[in-house]
Amino acid sequence: MFHSLLNALPGSVAQGILMGIMAIGVYITYKVLDFADLTVDGSLCTGGAVAVMLILNGVNPYVAMLAAFVAGMLAGLMTGFFHTVMGIPGILSGILSQLGLYSINMRIMGKSNQAVSVDKYDLVVSLRYITSAIVVGLIFVVVVIAILYWYLGTESGSAVRATGSNEHMARAQGINTNIGKIIGLVISNGLVGLSGALYAQYNGNSDINMGRGAIVIGLASVIIGEVLFGKLFRNFALRLFSVVLGCIIYFAVIALVLQLGLNSQDLKLFSALIVAIFLAIPYWGAKYRASHPAKVKEETGKEEA
Amino acid sequence: MLEIKNLNKTFNPGTVNEKKALTDVSLKLEEGDFVTIIGGNGAGKSTMLNAIAGVWPIDSGSIFIDDVDITKLPEHKRAKYIGRVFQDPMMGTAADMGIDENLAIAARRGKHRTLRWSITHKEKEQYKELLKSLDLGLEDRLSAKVGLLSGGQRQAITLLMASLEKPKLLLLDEHTAALDPKTAAKVLTLSDKIIAENQLTAMMVTHNMKDAISHGNRLIMMHEGNIIYDVKGEEKKNLHVSDLLAKFEEVSGGEFANDRMMLN
Repeated sequence: MFHSLLNALPGSVAQGILMGIMAIGVYITYKVLDFADLTVDGSLCTGGAVAVMLILNGVNPYVAMLAAFVAGMLAGLMTGFFHTVMGIPGILSGILSQLGLYSINMRIMGKSNQAVSVDKYDLVVSLRYITSAIVVGLIFVVVVIAILYWYLGTESGSAVRATGSNEHMARAQGINTNIGKIIGLVISNGLVGLSGALYAQYNGNSDINMGRGAIVIGLASVIIGEVLFGKLFRNFALRLFSVVLGCIIYFAVIALVLQLGLNSQDLKLFSALIVAIFLAIPYWGAKYRASHPAKVKEETGKEEA
Repeated sequence: MLEIKNLNKTFNPGTVNEKKALTDVSLKLEEGDFVTIIGGNGAGKSTMLNAIAGVWPIDSGSIFIDDVDITKLPEHKRAKYIGRVFQDPMMGTAADMGIDENLAIAARRGKHRTLRWSITHKEKEQYKELLKSLDLGLEDRLSAKVGLLSGGQRQAITLLMASLEKPKLLLLDEHTAALDPKTAAKVLTLSDKIIAENQLTAMMVTHNMKDAISHGNRLIMMHEGNIIYDVKGEEKKNLHVSDLLAKFEEVSGGEFANDRMMLN
């Protein structure tokens, strides 16, 4: 059994890296923008569908992936429009996009599953060549992190961060918080679309259900990365990288529990409960600190003016 | 400088919670005026400041700053003209961002935010000097997250932020109310200093009548959404807390009589 687990490990690493780009997108909305964006479950498939259909029609895979990135951005724009122009609460805006994207994804693909063979097409990544997939995936991760690191350090990017940190402050300082939210959603879902394009090529098909539960995988990656590497990585670029590491660990754990005999039907329930527990940790921590104020005072007392 | 004409605002109209917060308020400020605003709970002090800042649309009336009609401008566009410090020390700063990053965002208030780096080395030096002048030991913690600071420190930084890019109007909404007395006095002194150094036009809401008398050149008392008392210059300087208390009793006494009449 240990042997078969070891065999599965490279595949988990590759999956974790390719889906890690999606998880970075989730980090942008969930952590930077403080917006729980459920568009992800739809836009991941949109990216995969656009890329696969274009590749099947003879388009260069890299161009197809650029198109998938733009398609993801449009999905984010849709959610941003629902939220800012139509005044719909954030979570509901994402759910509406997700539902609407199901139809759009079906329209793009024409049916619920479209296969693309690495034998016929010159795909960027494939599970047939795992080592190459890991290397290519890592290059994408590094480029994505570098661009995000640059953008969020600019005047415009720091306006987006301020929007996520404190809307009152942002508006009082002349920042259009609606624009800030839309920029964040557009970037995030663009990355999700890109990740979907890579993941679909890796698996050799895009499937209408490929995005189901993606937001949970994204959240799990963000939280695992934070819990395990939060103290170690202070730099923003490294924090983004820890999200990818979180995603790799997620897929490794899934491979492990499947090896241990967990029924694959129960996998989503397992994931949901794990993420629920991790999400509860900060809440429980705060509750504990509130009921034990004496200890906290000792720790934070030095910060008082 | 600032001119408000016949401002009206009703919250929750047509419901049991309907509240006429401002009724036909008009006010004109001269350049360099420092107005303190007092009044009981629900008198409309904060509502007036929020109306000027554009937190929500008003029902009717108009607001001008230097002859520019800002009545229809959204909150973030008015920020070009207005610096603000809130009652809640958490509201004025972004907790997840560094002191320097907060200041850099404020330095670009009213300007287009480009793809240039959000903060320059020159700015960092300038901020260090500014923080030194606060005398809170923050100059050595330039990149510390603001969320780690105390309420008083955060209000001091918010004050700096409000004045870094010189505003035409500074709005202080009970910005010392949430602080302990010692820190409140410090922040108030700092406010005075910043207003004087930059020759700002300012409005300050306060619950403390003594502060309202000893600061600024003009004093306004509000009651039930109206300005009921407006003094400036020598007359204001000679005011005593007892005068203001008498005024308060006069208006609330009137209200009492009205209530009784209605019951009959």
